[in-house]
Amino acid sequence: MRNGFVTATIVVAGVLAMWVSSPVTSAQSGQRRESGRSIHRDGWDRIVPDPSKDQNSAAAPIRDLTGIWEPTPGYRDGVFATGPKEYPSDGKREHQLPFTALGEKTWKSHKPGFGTTAVPIAENNDPFDICDPIGFPRIELFNLRAIQIWQNKNQVAIVYQNNQVWRNIWLDGRELPKEISEPRWYGYSVGKWVDDDTLVVQTVGLDERTWLDNVGRPHSDELKVQETFHRVNHDIMELTLQIEDPKMYTRPWVALNKFRLRLQPEWFDIREMVCSASEAAEYNKTVAAAAAPNKGTKK
Amino acid sequence: MRKMVGAIFLAGLGPWIVTVPVLAHHGNAAYDNKTVTVKGIVTAWVWTNPHSFLKFDAKDDKGNLVHWIGEWNAPSTLINFGITAKSFKAGEEVTVTMNGISKAGAPIGRVTKVVLPDGQELSMGSER
Repeated sequence: MRNGFVTATIVVAGVLAMWVSSPVTSAQSGQRRESGRSIHRDGWDRIVPDPSKDQNSAAAPIRDLTGIWEPTPGYRDGVFATGPKEYPSDGKREHQLPFTALGEKTWKSHKPGFGTTAVPIAENNDPFDICDPIGFPRIELFNLRAIQIWQNKNQVAIVYQNNQVWRNIWLDGRELPKEISEPRWYGYSVGKWVDDDTLVVQTVGLDERTWLDNVGRPHSDELKVQETFHRVNHDIMELTLQIEDPKMYTRPWVALNKFRLRLQPEWFDIREMVCSASEAAEYNKTVAAAAAPNKGTKK
Repeated sequence: MRKMVGAIFLAGLGPWIVTVPVLAHHGNAAYDNKTVTVKGIVTAWVWTNPHSFLKFDAKDDKGNLVHWIGEWNAPSTLINFGITAKSFKAGEEVTVTMNGISKAGAPIGRVTKVVLPDGQELSMGSER
């Protein structure tokens, strides 16, 4: 009897110890969880499966971008802190953009926190640092995280994790506006299926106050952006993004070239990532401005 | 409160700072390239965008109380490395390693690792 009690006690204690130390329990408690390496979690704190074990290379559904997508192979591959993947601001000759004189002058008037022209925070004039709208195409050229796409026969809607903003792409055959009476942070977009797997989107009418990217590359009211969304297979989609702005650049240039996104499980919840003006102001004052050699409150 | 003061005092007995030059990180115009490790007491863990930051107090080698700020990544990144809004509590003793300290001489740095009282390390590993 006594031996049975001792054995039962040991078993219970063992199970309890395993339960307490398991990663799942750690996640549930909110106190203890593995650190030091990336274990990707969705907005509801669920662990996202390893892509290599969950790849579906079957054909994509016809003319359908629906789903939740994240950069791949790394979910942070779309951060692009120093500029878009094909043209980072790193001083390399091959990454020099074809600026016009106005483009060069406008870029130099922008004071970013990253890239070769980075300045201390007190001198920074990045509109997104004070939570002005990030705008398009910067929403895809900086901190491109998860996106959710819905569509019907008339339009595609893209919801972006970054700042929880959305934009519409019209598929109903309308043409881009000939005259823009009201520039918009996210512009006016129309799309056309060029084959069963490829949607090409044109966008104009973009507000000049936004930056193209995180290093302050400029654009004018003549900016035209072309996005190509191409589904390689069921799980993988490529995004190519071209900039055309004759006022700022002498020729079109490709900011993203077949940048890969991966379809996420249907249960994947997109985590909040909102720019709060009060939080940003507190950060700018308490951390960024205080750390800067040239101290001062960010305007 | 008495417990916290006592903890600060204990931390003050053994503050240790190690300086090692490492490569600078992109975009950290305000920071130099030194690595510093400081033991102190958490006063606040601010879980906000664009970046989170840990406030903690430690005594310098002259016994003066220094209010440190350790800047870390955005919550949407940290959460994937086991670091959450509840990772730190005020009054807790932590050992903070920072890679990049304010060029202005302010006690502000970029966090790379925090060791909790029970020895658990919180970090992003080799990622930044």
